[in-house]
Amino acid sequence: MPTSLILPRSSAFHASSLVSGFLFALGLGISGMTDPRNIIGFLDITGDWQPALLFVMASAILVYTIAGSVSKRLSRPLLAPNWSELPAPGPDLPWRARVGNLIFGAGWGLAGYCPGPALTSLPAFQLSTWIFTGSMISGFLAWEFLALRVKKTK
Amino acid sequence: MALQAVIGGVLIGISGVILLLFNGRILGVSGIASTFVTRLLDRKWTARKERFDLLWRGFFILGLLAGGASLLALFNGTFAPRPSPASTSILVVSGLLVGIGTRMGLGCTSGHGVCGISRFSLRSLFATLIFISGGMFTVFLLKQWGGF
Repeated sequence: MPTSLILPRSSAFHASSLVSGFLFALGLGISGMTDPRNIIGFLDITGDWQPALLFVMASAILVYTIAGSVSKRLSRPLLAPNWSELPAPGPDLPWRARVGNLIFGAGWGLAGYCPGPALTSLPAFQLSTWIFTGSMISGFLAWEFLALRVKKTK
Repeated sequence: MALQAVIGGVLIGISGVILLLFNGRILGVSGIASTFVTRLLDRKWTARKERFDLLWRGFFILGLLAGGASLLALFNGTFAPRPSPASTSILVVSGLLVGIGTRMGLGCTSGHGVCGISRFSLRSLFATLIFISGGMFTVFLLKQWGGF
C-alpha cells in the first residue's frame, strides 16, 4: 500500500527529515566531529595534524555521489512532487559568496564548530556550545537584516 | 580512529541520501537552520506551504537534537559531544562569523563540503577549499598569538 494512503504525504516527508537529521548527528558523533579539538587538529597543519575530518568527508562524499547517480534516474523524489532548486549563485556578486566562505572558515577555525556539530552538541548542555550557537543564530539574523537593507537601497 | 571516521562519514552520507532521494532536498545544515529561525521570527507559518517549509526543517533539527541526546547515552558516552577549548569572547566572535559567513557564502561543511562536491559543483569545491584554507590560516594565527 502506498504511504500516501496510510499517512498524509507530508507526514512521511517530515518523518524522513527527522530520520535524516538523526543519522547525521550520529555520524558526526561517531566520527568525532562533535569534538572541536578534532576540527582544530585538522586545521592545525603546522602542529599535530589530525586527519579524521578528511576521512569523514571522503566517505560521506563517496556514499552521496553513488546516490546522486541514482537520483538522476528518478523523475521525482520518492516523497515530493519535484526536486528542490539550489539557491541562486549570488547573481551579480560572485565574489560575495567567496568572501562569505572565507569568513565562515575564520569562524570555524576559532572555536572548531560548524553549524551541524554545534546543534548536535546542544543536548550535552555544555556552555561553549550554547554560547556559540546563540551567537551563530544572531549571525544568521544579522545577515538577513543586512541583506534586506541591501535589497531596499537598490 | 580512522575506522570510526569512515563509519561516521558513511552515516553522514546516508543521511544526505535520505533527504535527497525521499525529499528532493540538499542537506545543508546552515541553510536549514537559518531558514527555520528567520521564518519562525517572521511568522511565516500562516499559509500551508509556509508551514510545510517550516515544519520539515524543524523536524530535521529535532532529529539532530535527538541524535545528539542519543550520543550521550549510547556506547557509554564514548561519542558524547565535547566542549570547545575556546574562551567565551572567542566563542561569541566565532559564532557570529560562522552565522554571517555561511549565509553570505550560501552553505557550510555539509552543503558545500559534502553534498556540493558530490554533485560535482565547482562553486562548492571552491567554497570548501576557501573555508578550509581560511580555517587553517586562522588556527595558525591563533597559535602564533598563544590562543590555544
